[in-house]
Amino acid sequence: MNSSHPGMANDIQPSAIAQATQALNDCLKSSISDDCWSWLAGRRELLNNDYSDKALHITLGMIPRKLGREDLQVGKTLQASLHALLPGWKPHLWSVDTAARVLVITDLANSGRNDFGLLYTELCRTADLNEQIALYQATALLEPSEALDQALGDGLRTSIQAVFEAIAHNNPYPSRAFDTHRWNHMVLKALFIDSTLHPIVGLDERGNSELATILCDYAHERWAAGRPVTPELWRCVGPYAKTDQQLSDLLRALNDTTPGSAEGALLALSSSEKLTHLLPTLTAEHQQLLHSVTAGDVSWSTVYSTYIKPST
Amino acid sequence: MMFIDPHAHMISRVTDDYERMAAAGVVAVIEPSFWLGQPRTHVGTYIDYLSSIVGFERFRASQFGIRHYCTIGLNSKEANNEELAEAVMEILPRFALKEGVVAIGEIGYDEQTELEDRYFRQQLELAKELELPVMVHTPHRDKKRGTSRSMDVCEEHGVDPSMVVIDHNNEETVKEVLDRGYWAAFSIYPSTKMGNARMVDILEQYGADRMMVDSACDWGISEPLGVAKTAKLALERGIPEGNVRKVCYQNALDAYGQSGQMKEEDWLNPPAIDQRSVYEGNSILRGGREPVVTQAGKAADPDNLIIE
Repeated sequence: MNSSHPGMANDIQPSAIAQATQALNDCLKSSISDDCWSWLAGRRELLNNDYSDKALHITLGMIPRKLGREDLQVGKTLQASLHALLPGWKPHLWSVDTAARVLVITDLANSGRNDFGLLYTELCRTADLNEQIALYQATALLEPSEALDQALGDGLRTSIQAVFEAIAHNNPYPSRAFDTHRWNHMVLKALFIDSTLHPIVGLDERGNSELATILCDYAHERWAAGRPVTPELWRCVGPYAKTDQQLSDLLRALNDTTPGSAEGALLALSSSEKLTHLLPTLTAEHQQLLHSVTAGDVSWSTVYSTYIKPST
Repeated sequence: MMFIDPHAHMISRVTDDYERMAAAGVVAVIEPSFWLGQPRTHVGTYIDYLSSIVGFERFRASQFGIRHYCTIGLNSKEANNEELAEAVMEILPRFALKEGVVAIGEIGYDEQTELEDRYFRQQLELAKELELPVMVHTPHRDKKRGTSRSMDVCEEHGVDPSMVVIDHNNEETVKEVLDRGYWAAFSIYPSTKMGNARMVDILEQYGADRMMVDSACDWGISEPLGVAKTAKLALERGIPEGNVRKVCYQNALDAYGQSGQMKEEDWLNPPAIDQRSVYEGNSILRGGREPVVTQAGKAADPDNLIIE
């Protein structure tokens, strides 16, 4: 099912997932004390050899009590190789309790049991806030399935930004597995709850003209309400901007005073086949900005780091 | 001054209440599992309720810079529905180990029936097994005898009084509760429980050791500023500041902190992971500042007609 989405690049191989899981295992081991690691190893062994729901719930519940909630230690070199292995995946933003919970969940998924999807769904239903985050982040290391798609679809209905972002951000799963409808609504909702688009994995690859239409409509609603339109929105519009209305939206964004809007509009226009028609109409200032875009000095990454989420 | 409200049913309250509480200095609340006014008749609704108070309600509170904790339990009224009670007892262990669960509670007696007694005892055993404190709801009717009996049963089950908060005390019950070594909580709840002027009288008489004040605010006519207002009144009437701090902050932290799930650092210096995720964009909880609420009051002004 997961290779059928238009625009998807080569899917992630199971061997890459296995390597990434092993790397997570190693990072966690070096991030916590030997005693903590032994405790976790004991619990994982118990679940592997003598599984019970009760043992699973106790293990998931006890993890932050036993291991704490410090940041997971992932070296810079390893961060780069993990990124190559599983594009967009950023476990260096995780805490040790999340990593441990994710490993327990991957153990279950890899144990060969045929009811994993059901078990996963049930865990989501009664999870506390941080368990939800761990469950959803675990999908980076899970093979796509209908049950997981459905569970993540339910998760995306949350209004808790941190939970939403556990699914949508730095997670290769949605771009691998979601159908176009679910994908489009995830992107739209990210904007709706004041989340951001740049950390969504596969944003350009999974773009489509329906999403572009939905987002332009959304921009109009924002404009009508006198609310700012995030520059990131135009990233999903540019390559699909065909109609006069969409082009005029991009021109409106170009002249919008929202910080970063002109950059966003020019980045979008530069990915549009209509750019050449519009070139003569651009002001000198916008021409100059376009040069920065072409030279790579202005990119979606710089728009994100400058206007959307300046690092503190 | 920072306050903890160790008994507040925030699931029944609106965001205005969170705003006012934060503005008044409340940094943490404890939400006991309770009766919703309308009986639950299926275990499924109970599961969803418990999921809400370990999940979404924590998030709601965090938006106002308030740390949210809860207690897990089968309340005395619903203990009388045996079929429901049996099913709830099955699922309680699953929730009792969730993050931020600081006690088994509120449990105890309503009409002191046989079924209430059975599930009170079973939950005391669960608390012992999980090494969690207990929050005891004392009955509104036949209160004095019901309170004594609750403590008798705790002792029969070998639960240490230092792990038990006896809640909803009044002038008639406080002495015995303190004498027997329990924590004594008082709910500042209009009409049916304590008023805060009476509360100050009690503080004058009994001091502040092992005493705590809560609002028990819920779906009824109640006051989410119960703790903050009582603190102010007590100070005005000359109760030493140290004592006010004990009954409106420190004692609740000491009693429920025994769960290992509630620490002062949670609001003074939250973990980096929470600052990145749950409290992102919310400067209130970062850097150990006391809550600053910008919108409070603005919406409450009836002459401010603009809603943006």
